[in-house]
Amino acid sequence: MENITIGKLKENFSTSILEINTNNGDAFVLVEKKQIIPILTFLKNDSELDYNMLIDLSAVDYLKHPVKKAERFEIVYQLYSLTKNHKIRIKVSIEMKDLCVDSATSLWKSANWAEREVFDMFGIKFNGHPNLRRILTHHEFIGHPLRKDYPIKKRQILSVNDTLMDEMEQKLREKGLKQ
Amino acid sequence: MGLEKFLENAVLTTTISEVLKWGRKNSLYPFAFGTACCAIEFMSLSSSVFDISRFGAEVIRFSPRQADLLLVAGTITFKQAPILKQIYEQMPEPKWVISMGACASSGGFYDNYCTVQGIDEIIPVDVYIAGCPPRPEAILDAIMLIQEKIQKEPTEYQKPKRPIVIGNE
Repeated sequence: MENITIGKLKENFSTSILEINTNNGDAFVLVEKKQIIPILTFLKNDSELDYNMLIDLSAVDYLKHPVKKAERFEIVYQLYSLTKNHKIRIKVSIEMKDLCVDSATSLWKSANWAEREVFDMFGIKFNGHPNLRRILTHHEFIGHPLRKDYPIKKRQILSVNDTLMDEMEQKLREKGLKQ
Repeated sequence: MGLEKFLENAVLTTTISEVLKWGRKNSLYPFAFGTACCAIEFMSLSSSVFDISRFGAEVIRFSPRQADLLLVAGTITFKQAPILKQIYEQMPEPKWVISMGACASSGGFYDNYCTVQGIDEIIPVDVYIAGCPPRPEAILDAIMLIQEKIQKEPTEYQKPKRPIVIGNE
């Protein structure tokens, strides 16, 4: 049975789709990097597809993976429709020379922290992200620990307490509680 | 002091430092730095079944400035390490530290880039407790060891004098 999402994507973005495949019954679509935001917007706004939830956004480093890939990184968008009850995975290849992709924060608010995590762990930049800072590691931390070439036992001594107040102050200003 | 033969068994004589140490060891003010499941065991210790108040240490302080026993219960990451060090430095002297459980004592099974391999890399530790997480009885044992240590602590005049060093040796 042809997946409705894949059918619609083929119809509308036939030139931007690089690969369609399934893994254990779950379909994924590899698309072109420059077309990612139009595709995600289409998936979200199309009334039959209605992908209103971004379950997760993460990245994969294929540096030491047994399956050789042309590009080192891949970003994976896990989408889900609460109304239609279907799922899809969208993948984008990221090359080492150009470590950036357009941000999906304008489509789903959950992309904000997920993209910060990918930035923190893999060093992939998201163009148009409102607050692209490290989210899990410390601001003094050097490197990106989920990259396969980061030594797993390379420990870094940090000297000061990390603060969350800059974000808090921005929120207080938005709510008019602080000048 | 020779007073005993006049007063017989009515009065005990001692030194002021012994009384001070006896008071200290029976009124420990713990500060629980709980970051993981060990803190849950500590909650059970402080409630009625195991009852830490039998040892006079039931007043859990949530300000390090009012505590003299730091109980590090849980995994300490490098991001957490400056906070732990600051809290230790905020505690007034004299102070004691219990490292509770495998993670705080050695990093536990988190042998990776972000976990401190034992809090003794950051602050001095008096008693280590094994276990993942340890039973509440083990923490009671640690508190008893701390009490023993407090009672045996040398007073100023008992502390060893630093040898005078002449030349290089």
